[in-house]
Amino acid sequence: MRGFLLNRLSQSLILLLIVSVIGFVVLNLLPGGPLAQFGLDPGMTQDDLDRLKEQLGLNRPLLMQYLDWAWRLLQGDWGHSFRDGVPVLTVIGRHVFATLLLMGTSTAIAIAIGTWIGIRGATHRYSLFDHVATVGAMVALSIPTFWFGLVGIYIFSLRLGWLPAGNMYTIGDGSVLNYLHHLILPSIVLSLVHVAIWSRYMRTATLDAIGQDFVKTARAKGLSERRVIMKHVVGNALLPMITLAGVQLPSILTGALVTETVFTWPGMGRLFLDSLGYSDYPVVMGLLMFSAILVILGNLLADIAVAIVDPRIRLG
Amino acid sequence: MTALAANAEPGRWWRSRTVRRFTSHHLALLGVAMITLLTLACVFGPHLLPYDSLYIDLRARFSPPLTGDHYLGTDPLGRDVAARLFMAGRTSLLVAFFAMLLSTLIGTLVGVIAGYRGGWIGAALMRTVDGFLSFPSIFLLLALAAALKPSPAMVTVIVAVTSWMEVARIVEAEVRSLREREFVLAGRMVGLSGTHIMFREILPNAMGPIIVAATLTVARAILLEAYISFLGYGIQPPLPSWGNMLEGAQQYLDSAPWLAIIPGAAITIAVTSFNFIGDGLRDALDVRDDRV
Repeated sequence: MRGFLLNRLSQSLILLLIVSVIGFVVLNLLPGGPLAQFGLDPGMTQDDLDRLKEQLGLNRPLLMQYLDWAWRLLQGDWGHSFRDGVPVLTVIGRHVFATLLLMGTSTAIAIAIGTWIGIRGATHRYSLFDHVATVGAMVALSIPTFWFGLVGIYIFSLRLGWLPAGNMYTIGDGSVLNYLHHLILPSIVLSLVHVAIWSRYMRTATLDAIGQDFVKTARAKGLSERRVIMKHVVGNALLPMITLAGVQLPSILTGALVTETVFTWPGMGRLFLDSLGYSDYPVVMGLLMFSAILVILGNLLADIAVAIVDPRIRLG
Repeated sequence: MTALAANAEPGRWWRSRTVRRFTSHHLALLGVAMITLLTLACVFGPHLLPYDSLYIDLRARFSPPLTGDHYLGTDPLGRDVAARLFMAGRTSLLVAFFAMLLSTLIGTLVGVIAGYRGGWIGAALMRTVDGFLSFPSIFLLLALAAALKPSPAMVTVIVAVTSWMEVARIVEAEVRSLREREFVLAGRMVGLSGTHIMFREILPNAMGPIIVAATLTVARAILLEAYISFLGYGIQPPLPSWGNMLEGAQQYLDSAPWLAIIPGAAITIAVTSFNFIGDGLRDALDVRDDRV
């Protein structure tokens, strides 16, 4: 277990290093580069900018600049927002909860429905249900999330008036019920793609597990088919799903950004777009790095979780 | 096309196992039919419709579909939605097609080199792939789009830059498994150069998975372009794309829902078709199913 943990940890650190290099390249591609903030100030002359460049060490070799930038990231100094001067990490911190709430809810929906579809598809292979689920998943994967959101708003908010068309809560009403009411539509919209992915993987994993020897043993013991599936098959089929949840993180974050835009949900995606609109590059860069770190961390946690649950990996 | 021709009788490629399997895949055929129709509509449609896509008629603003000659209605400027839809289709499909070419090229190059060379070069390349995959693609796309002027060519490039990793992974795995095969060893023994072995001997044998991945990349590229154009950082008006047609649609959702529904339906149809075709090719080319 210790060797496994160290191995995964070092891999994550290497990944972090690579991600920071990519981030640094993007930072230097941005208009005005790290100096964009000052370039926006009309009182700044080219001489001032040059002096600042000298002061901030921006005419040093790129490698030195990178090391300096990465060191400050490590220390938690992610710069300040151009808009209001608040530290970037504080700004991000204010929006993390909304995004995690949305992602968590829709992941729960996706897991519940996707697992059910996947198991049923595998146990009733090539049935009508299985065919519809297969085709349905491919179509679901092809629907642009924002469009699905717009159609959802049109039907359930504008025509039927059942659900709110946006925001996280009604101003002046902080009750849990009000939050939930606002959460329903965006989390369903965000979960669509993941229901599709989850059901496909679950189907494959269940079929794999059904073919294993221990399932034959369980059947030979005379267990009912239902018990065999629920206890022996599903348990084993769910294992690779933990890894999948980690792997799916970037795509959930992408979906969350788009969903938040359509539903004016005050999360990280919305913040990212607003910051882009204001050319608030420290926040943009902060979110870019933050999301990548979140993904790396999520994958690491998923690997550790699998190792804890599965003795074959822990001991092997 | 080696993989396609591999199991064909000479001169009768259309009777090969691959072609037979593809044509018995109904969804794939449906996909081909829909893409053909959509492409024809985008190429010829604008010439056949009564209105030009740029013609502004403020008296006919917000006409719902099937008003007079405006088969799909008009937009807030009174422009014909049908004409714009087909012009937008040209942009979106071309951007997606070239993004697919570019990302397949990058992915194949990285994959072949990483898989054949192995060692620290291979490890470094594949960790870079992992690094790119760690970013939610839309965050990276938007940051790049904000950094670079989003001309159609630039949108193509940044979509490719954020979607080559899948191909690289597939090709790397394929090449790594082919590297130790007899024909490669034989090639080395007769003194062929590494480049020759990589690209002339191994690569043709990895064509199947590459073709499948490329097809699915078109679907992905259409979606990515739509996402960033919808958010205002992709293809810029007045040049229409399916994504930017949707950009202002949300504010008119109540009064003019067709502005949102029609372009989104076009995107869904195009993406679904490419996913169907990819699925059919995967079956026909015997590519192991380890994606969805």
